[in-house]
Amino acid sequence: MTASLRLVDVSKTFVLHNQDGAVLRVLDRLSLEVEGGECVALVGPSGAGKSTVLRIACGNYAPDWGRVLVAAGGRATDIACAPPRAVLALRRQAIGHVSQFLRVIPRVPAIEVVAEAARLAGSSPDDAHARAGEMLDILRIPRRLWSLSPTTFSGGEQQRVNIARTMVVPFPILLLDEPTASLDAENRAVVVDLIRDACRRGAAVLGIFHDADVRAAVATREVACATLSRAA
Amino acid sequence: MTEAPLLRVRGLSHAYGSRIACSAVDVEVWPGEVLAIVGESGSGKSTLLNCISGRMRPGAGEVVYRAKDGREVDLWQASDAQRRLLARTELGMVHQNPRDGLRLGVSAGGNVGERLMAVGARNYGAIRATAAEWLARVEIDVGRIDDLPRTFSGGMQQRLQIARVLVSRPRLVFLDEPTGGLDVSVQARLLDLLRSLSRDLGLAAIIVTHDLAVARLLAHRICVMRGGEVVEDGLTDRVLDDPRHPYTQLLVSSVLPP
Repeated sequence: MTASLRLVDVSKTFVLHNQDGAVLRVLDRLSLEVEGGECVALVGPSGAGKSTVLRIACGNYAPDWGRVLVAAGGRATDIACAPPRAVLALRRQAIGHVSQFLRVIPRVPAIEVVAEAARLAGSSPDDAHARAGEMLDILRIPRRLWSLSPTTFSGGEQQRVNIARTMVVPFPILLLDEPTASLDAENRAVVVDLIRDACRRGAAVLGIFHDADVRAAVATREVACATLSRAA
Repeated sequence: MTEAPLLRVRGLSHAYGSRIACSAVDVEVWPGEVLAIVGESGSGKSTLLNCISGRMRPGAGEVVYRAKDGREVDLWQASDAQRRLLARTELGMVHQNPRDGLRLGVSAGGNVGERLMAVGARNYGAIRATAAEWLARVEIDVGRIDDLPRTFSGGMQQRLQIARVLVSRPRLVFLDEPTGGLDVSVQARLLDLLRSLSRDLGLAAIIVTHDLAVARLLAHRICVMRGGEVVEDGLTDRVLDDPRHPYTQLLVSSVLPP
């Protein structure tokens, strides 16, 4: 079975109990499918729920309704109702998520942050270290920074560490939330190449790319998220 | 994925007189898993921790621990001797106040070595070497190995307590607000240490904390308590980013983004 991600009739509403029970409808019976080898770009205005789709796809948000079928490594799981341990296992081995911000334990060196992802996916410590170094080289993080904590890095450097920590593992499914947002042209080109390589090896990629050039370069297809009327 | 939970708590209740501290709490933790219990003071989280770590008999409920030899032991059906043996060998408790978990009249090295001797180590040189190694891991200058902990700062005492608990390689540790009094950089080092132990050695931990940032970085799962009940639990980032219960929403929105 090749990798794929399928959202079927996914709805998501946020109920803000401490703000007079305000109800935000974000997704209403959204269905979409990403096959291995495809890069699907989510498009739509700000607030249309694009990031929400990615967060639901990695189990960070729980949908109110619908199924989120993750197929990888010969098995399919509905991440919407999988137990926490199953979700964590999928994140270690099947689903790579590049979020907009890097979140790490302070003081842990950049190289260790990247190597840890490889180790969690099953690499030996030496192998994980070697691959982390290769990935930091590809993403042009100067070697003198490798032993420093990325919390001290610039926004663009942090974002590249974030990408390195995902791309160091050949995840069958990739969720990319504005991966090139704070990058200059040269680094954008590096990331575009990484995304295309991932598609070529058969990964199913779902992403948000505001930069039109990046989107044109990586996306094989676009899916629109419509803004819902917010009042339920 | 491993086959069975390491600790299974069912229907745990406890009251102090007419005041209910824990009400029908169900919790489980799996090998290699870090579970955070969060909630405001008075929510019952410390009572829960005391009952499930075998230090205070609950009013009702079962606390079943799966021992290294595969046997399941209900901590509160077991004899005192059995419970003490497990506490010394397979379980570990890190107290909020390090003075509760250290012997203040014994040297730093002795505090760490004592736990090793309790599980059968006898060679003085080896014990001292292991103690020194653990002092280094928690960033205590090895030159202080013969000093008494009462000459240490609060933060150093806390790190020493953690070294004392971890040296004997327990399978499950209970931590009560362990990073409360520590400065941020030491806190980060300890979080990293605990995380690598859980990843590399399959150490499981139950940590009571009110610090959601600590919970986010360390815990796989989180349990939110209020008024003695678990009001929400699940994957840590799911509970913190998509909280359902009004109380969890209040808790998450009351702090700077963790």
